Amino acid sequence: MSLTTEVTNTAADPEQRDPNDDMTSGSLAGAPMWGIAAGAIVLGALTWVPSGSVNWARWAIASLVLYLIGVLIIARIVESPRQATDRFATALMTSAFAVVLLPLISVVWTVVERGSNRFDWEFYSSTMRGIVGEGGGGYHAIVGTLVITAVTTTFAVPFGLFTAIYLVEYSDGGRFAKAVTSLVDVMTGIPSIVAGLFAYAFFVFLDDVPVLTALSTGVGHRSGLAGAVALTLLMTPVVVRTSEEMLRLVPNELREASYALGVPRWKTILKVVLPTAIAGILTGIVLAIARVIGETAPLLVTVGITSNVNWNPMDGRMATLPVFTYNSYKFPTLPPEASIDRAWAAALTLVLIVVILFSIARILSSILTPKGLK
Amino acid sequence: MTLLDNPPPSDTDDGAFDEPVGKVGDKIFFSLSFGAAALILVTLAAVAFFLFAQGLPTFTSDSTELDGDASFISYVGPLVFGTIYISCIALLLATPIAIAVALYISHYAPRKIAKTLGYFIDLLAAIPSVVYGLWGIIVLAPVLSGSLFPWLRDNLGFLPFFGSDVAIAQSGRSTFTVGVVLAVMVLPIITAISREVFLQTPRLHEEASLALGATRWEVIRQAVIPYGRSGVISGAMLGLGRALGETMAVAIILSPARGYFWDVLTAQNSNSIASNIALQFPESSGLEVNRLIATGLVLFILTFVVNAIARRVSNSGFSGADG
Repeated sequence: MSLTTEVTNTAADPEQRDPNDDMTSGSLAGAPMWGIAAGAIVLGALTWVPSGSVNWARWAIASLVLYLIGVLIIARIVESPRQATDRFATALMTSAFAVVLLPLISVVWTVVERGSNRFDWEFYSSTMRGIVGEGGGGYHAIVGTLVITAVTTTFAVPFGLFTAIYLVEYSDGGRFAKAVTSLVDVMTGIPSIVAGLFAYAFFVFLDDVPVLTALSTGVGHRSGLAGAVALTLLMTPVVVRTSEEMLRLVPNELREASYALGVPRWKTILKVVLPTAIAGILTGIVLAIARVIGETAPLLVTVGITSNVNWNPMDGRMATLPVFTYNSYKFPTLPPEASIDRAWAAALTLVLIVVILFSIARILSSILTPKGLK
Repeated sequence: MTLLDNPPPSDTDDGAFDEPVGKVGDKIFFSLSFGAAALILVTLAAVAFFLFAQGLPTFTSDSTELDGDASFISYVGPLVFGTIYISCIALLLATPIAIAVALYISHYAPRKIAKTLGYFIDLLAAIPSVVYGLWGIIVLAPVLSGSLFPWLRDNLGFLPFFGSDVAIAQSGRSTFTVGVVLAVMVLPIITAISREVFLQTPRLHEEASLALGATRWEVIRQAVIPYGRSGVISGAMLGLGRALGETMAVAIILSPARGYFWDVLTAQNSNSIASNIALQFPESSGLEVNRLIATGLVLFILTFVVNAIARRVSNSGFSGADG
C-alpha cells in the first residue's frame, strides 16, 4: 500500500512540527482506501477454509467487519485519531446503507420474479368464480380495489382539502384550529385495523337503527362502502397535512395583491392560492392514494372477499387486491402452488400500481409547478 | 402563517369595497371549509364512541358465553405484551440503521444520487404490508431459521430471550422473524423523517464547525445531531406507532399461542392485538366480535399515547432552531 505524504504547511520548519498534526501526517484519501477494502475482501475469503465451500453471506459479513476494523486501525496509525474516527464513521454509514439495500432489493426482486409466473392476460381478464386449482385470475379484485379507492378519494379529497383551507386561510390560530390540528395528528396515528373496526361498528349501528336500515349494505355488514369509510379515515389526515403544507408555502404577497384589486376572499383562494399550490396538493393526493390502495387489514374486516365481480359498493362483499393476496396465500386451494402464484401476481399488480402512482405524482409536480417557482 | 391582519369574513363590515356577490360566495366557502374542519372533530368522536359502544358488551354481559376466559384483562394482557414486544424489537433493529442511512443520504451521498435515494426510500414506505408479509414468510423466514437462529442459540443462548428448552421454529414463524420484517417496514419511515430533519440543519452551524477545523463526522456530531435529535426521536416514535398497528405482516408470519413468551426463536409466540383481530374477526360472531372491538380500543389508546409522546418530543425541539 503506497501512502502519500502531503506537506501543506511549507512555511513552518519541519523539525518544529507536531508529528500528530493533521495537515502534515499521511493521508489515506483515494487509492489506499480501496486497498483496505480489497484486503478486507481477500482476508474475508479465509472464512471458506473451515467449511471448504463458498458461503457468500459469511464472506460478506466477515469482509465488512474486517474493513471497518482495518479502516479504524490503519487510519489511526497513518493519519490521526480524529481522522480515524471520521473515516470509520464514513465507512459505517456507507455500509449501513448497503446493508439496508439488501432486504429492500430482495423484496422488489421477489415480487417481480414470483409475480411474473402468473403475469399473463388470463390473470387480468378472469375472476375466481368456479375456479378450483389452476387458472383463474384477479380481475374481480382489481375492479374492487379501483371502485373502493375511487369512492375513498371522492370522500377524502374534499374533506381534507377544505379542512386545510380552513386551517390556513380562515382560522386565526385560535383554540378550535389548534384542536383540529392536533386531532388530525391523532387521526394520522390511528392503526388501520382500528379504522376498519370503526367502519364495521358504524355500519352495524346503521343496521340497528330502524330509520337508517335503508342504508344497509349487505349480509354480515360487509360492503365496499364500509371499506371506503375506513380508508377515508386513513387518507383524510394525509391529504390535510400535505395540502396544509402546500397552502402555507403560497406567499402572502399574492393574496394581498389580490385583495388590493378588490377580489373577494373565496375567489382569491380559488383563483390565486389554489392554482399556485396545485402541484404540491395533487402530488400529495396521489401519494395518499398510493398509501391507502395497499391497505389490507381494514378491508379484511369491512369488505371481506368474494370470487365474483361486484361493481356496486352498496351491495355486499367485494374482492380487493390486498385481501385477495392475503386470502390466496392463507387459504390456498389444491394445488397450493397455483394459489400462491395468484397471490404473488396480485402483489406484483399492487406494487406496479404504487409505482405508477408515484411516477404520476412526480410528473404532475414537474408539469404543474408555476413557472416562477421552478 | 395565516393572514392575521385580514379579518375573518364572518365579521366583515368594512363593506365599502365588498361586492354583495363576493359576500355570498365567501359565506358558502367559509361554511364549507369550517364544516370540513368541524367534521374532523365529529369523526374522531365517532371513532371513540362506536368502538366503545361496540366493545362495551364484553364487560357488561355474561362472560361465560366466551370460550372459558376468566376476564377481559387475561385475554388482552398477552396481546398487549406481544404487540409491545414485537414493536420494540423492530424499533431496536431499525432505529440505529435508519439514522445511519439518513445521515448517509443527507451528508455523505453525492447530491445528485441523494435525491433519487430519497425517492426510492419513500417508495419503499408505500409498498403494501401484505407484500412485506409474503416476502417475510417465503424468503426471509427460511434464511433466518436456517442460519441465524441456531447461531444465536449456540452463541447467545445465555440471554433469556435466545435460550430456552423449547425448540427453534423450523418454519421461521417466530417473534424474531416478525421483528426483522417490521424493522424493514418502519425503516423507510424513520429514515425519511430523520433525513428531512438532518437536511434542515442551519448551514451556518455546519460551516461554523467546519471553520473550526472539524472533520465531517465532527460536524455531524457537533451540529447535525444536536439539531436533529428531537426530530429523530419523534420519527422513531412514529415508526413505533406504525409497528404497533401493523397487522398483515404479523398475521401472515407469526405462529401465535396464548400467553406470555419471552423466547423470540420458538414457534410459541405472543400474538399482537392487530394480528389477533385480523385472524379471529372473519370467523367470529356475537360477543367474540365485541371482545375483538374492545381489544381494538386498547390498541387505539396504546398508539394514541405513543403518538402523543412523539408530538411532545418534537415540539420541545432545539431552541436555536429559529436562529
